[in-house]
Amino acid sequence: MTNNTPVLEIQDLTVALPKGADRPFALEGLNLTVNSGEIVCLVGESGSGKSLSAGAVMRLLPEPDVHVAAGSIRFNGQDLLAISETEMKAIRGNRISMIFQEPMTALNPQKTVGWQIDEVLRLHMKGNRAARKAHAIEMLNRVHIPDPVSAYNAYPHQISGGQRQRVMIAMSLCLSPRLIIADEPTTALDVTTQLQILKLIRELQEQEGAGVLFITHDFGVVAEIADKVVVLRQGEMVEHGPAAEVLNSPQHPYTQALIASVPALTPPPAKPVSTMPVVLKGTGLNKTFAARGGLLSGKRKAVTAVKDLSFHLHKGETLGVVGESGSGKTTVSRIVTRLLEADSGAVEVDGTDLLACSPRELRAMRKEIQMVFQDPMASLNPRKRVVDLIAQGPIAHGEKPEKARARARDLLELVELSPSAATRFPHEFSGGQRQRIGIARALAMEPKVIVADEPVSALDVSVQAQVLKLLADLRDRMDLSLLFVTHDLRVAAQLCDRIIVMQKGEIVEQGETASVFADPKHEYTQNLLSSIPGRDWTPPTRNTDAA
Amino acid sequence: MTTLDTDLRPPQPPRLVVFWHRYRRNRAALLGLFLFAIVVLMALTAGLIEPGDPLRRAGPPLTPPFVDMATPLGTDQLGRDILAGIFYGARISLLIGVAATLISIAIGVVIGALSGYFGGWVDDLLMRITEAFQTIPNFVLLLTLVAILGSKIEWITLAIGLVSWTAPARMVRAEFMSLRGREFVDAARNLGVTNTSIIFKEILPNALPPIIVYASVIMALAILLESALAFLGLGDPNYASWGNMIGQGRAVLRTAWYCAAIPGIAIVLTVLSFSLLGEGLNDALNPRQKK
Repeated sequence: MTNNTPVLEIQDLTVALPKGADRPFALEGLNLTVNSGEIVCLVGESGSGKSLSAGAVMRLLPEPDVHVAAGSIRFNGQDLLAISETEMKAIRGNRISMIFQEPMTALNPQKTVGWQIDEVLRLHMKGNRAARKAHAIEMLNRVHIPDPVSAYNAYPHQISGGQRQRVMIAMSLCLSPRLIIADEPTTALDVTTQLQILKLIRELQEQEGAGVLFITHDFGVVAEIADKVVVLRQGEMVEHGPAAEVLNSPQHPYTQALIASVPALTPPPAKPVSTMPVVLKGTGLNKTFAARGGLLSGKRKAVTAVKDLSFHLHKGETLGVVGESGSGKTTVSRIVTRLLEADSGAVEVDGTDLLACSPRELRAMRKEIQMVFQDPMASLNPRKRVVDLIAQGPIAHGEKPEKARARARDLLELVELSPSAATRFPHEFSGGQRQRIGIARALAMEPKVIVADEPVSALDVSVQAQVLKLLADLRDRMDLSLLFVTHDLRVAAQLCDRIIVMQKGEIVEQGETASVFADPKHEYTQNLLSSIPGRDWTPPTRNTDAA
Repeated sequence: MTTLDTDLRPPQPPRLVVFWHRYRRNRAALLGLFLFAIVVLMALTAGLIEPGDPLRRAGPPLTPPFVDMATPLGTDQLGRDILAGIFYGARISLLIGVAATLISIAIGVVIGALSGYFGGWVDDLLMRITEAFQTIPNFVLLLTLVAILGSKIEWITLAIGLVSWTAPARMVRAEFMSLRGREFVDAARNLGVTNTSIIFKEILPNALPPIIVYASVIMALAILLESALAFLGLGDPNYASWGNMIGQGRAVLRTAWYCAAIPGIAIVLTVLSFSLLGEGLNDALNPRQKK
């Protein structure tokens, strides 16, 4: 907030959706101002119209289906809606630039990083090749990429996800734009990388004095970076104001509910479960993904996904497996359910080694250990009705179809879905509802252990809170034992009695959640915990019904 | 307050209705459906409109069309009614088309499903067999099979089925390979569902749309293959078929062109109807492929 000249002023912006969409307008009467040197966060759940507002500013809406119906967008005082496409092209990338969510798809895999930065410079900067290259390398240097010269010559797949996002930022900043639009720039990244990228955006924006319109769904990120906040819900602006005000004393009930849905970082008191029998025990698990590659394609290194991993899960306990991408946590969940064959080790479910079972024994054992998958859309067969999806397991294990279907209807009620849902197909449900169906399917088998692989990471925060609450309820009522795999430490803090922290296939720390969170011993755990966005901000109101 | 996650959306219209709406958008596909309906109607009403044996003598030989009302489309060199031949030929063409398609799709689905689902040596073995079939040109293999089996209509149908299963097999294999890694398949495995159930009840319904579309192509191909066989005089002489009619009309092509041209038009329109039908099905079943 160095000076208060407005860079972007949006007034009464209304964006129309095509006929037959779920609502007539994607955005209705959006007002917002981004001053230079200021970060404005546009927050909302999926379907709130936040990405479309970025599209409207860039004039990149999928017209004519989706078009601006009313309002004005002024950039540095110039009306963006009135100028020609040619003039807009000169502004895009040059004066206004954009950072996308998925750096892998936003970069062209066929061209080197340097070529792609150079492309932007060629279009908008006068100067010879050497000058452009020097400028590009200087930009790479400014986004703190180690060894900028080699990164300049690298292809996008040769650098890591965080570095790719840095390249995207370098590209968007290389012409010193007045306005940067960042559309969920850190959503695809691990927490530790996310924090670095957020710091980087903050730092560069302060140097350049540009205005930033930052689109996100994550209140933790908002707490980390925002000066001002605008909250969207179904295309309507429900609240706006300085970040501290909105975060700590939200006025609108929707904002209050959203903030209350953000899981707090205070773990539950540890349950005394160590006296209960062990229902799931893994010993010495190893899994290496062999190097592929033939005669001509060259050798690649084998990847060790899980290395000498041992753990145990007591009855009625929730064990969290936490780690960043590539830590091997998903491999663990697939090995214990034997969807993936381990190289060595044993997984004992109630004393029987699952990994030593014959195919026939394994099919029988499957009902003891069930799984809830990450992507509720992908894990439900799109051509089956809900009742058949839930009843499928019991029927495969010899239950009479009528009885299994009747029980499936009861289970729908248990996961708080209306019985009329039974005859529908999965595509007719929202993400959270699909995940409830997935949970019902797992419960139908009356398993001893449920393995949940990132069950809420594909869901909006308010839905996430509701599904987590359901899981916690069911666990307490039915005395379930959960192996809960997640990358989100806030979620882990909500649900897990004990956690295992994994790094590169190995356990680096384990213990009761409360004690690990309060006093992390390993450097990696400390790093993870200190990278949680908005860790210094405690959500103010705690609505009991939404949490 | 936020809306509760458990509130259901209003129910969507049944799949068939949605399907028909999408199909209707393609005008050419509607034309295809119309032509197809005419061919089916001809096959069904052949006995009513032209009672009696279509191979019997109906009038003086080589009557041109629109001359004698008893034989509106004229007669061939043996005095057989061409209109009757077209109507009864529709039966044979459809019968061969449907039966041969079923045979080829059935073989293709089983081989493709096994090799796509299991992979490894099963895949290697089955694909080498498929390739062996693919290296021999379809029609040459068909001629060989008919030469061995004989020209009875059952054998011809079977032979056409046997030469055209390779493409559907490869397609089904590709579909299975992409679908077997999907999470819902893992979910079914995790429930303890057997491999057979996973293949036929989980994956196959999801792989069906492209198979149905391709079936229309095979249907058109089967009709063409039968016509080509008959043209070479290898068709079943006991049935009036369009290919037989062209084959015999060839001899009098310069003096009585209509003997070959009329059944030729019938074949063109029928094959066209299947192609348009297939395109319409593709639009309706894979709506995301276009645009």
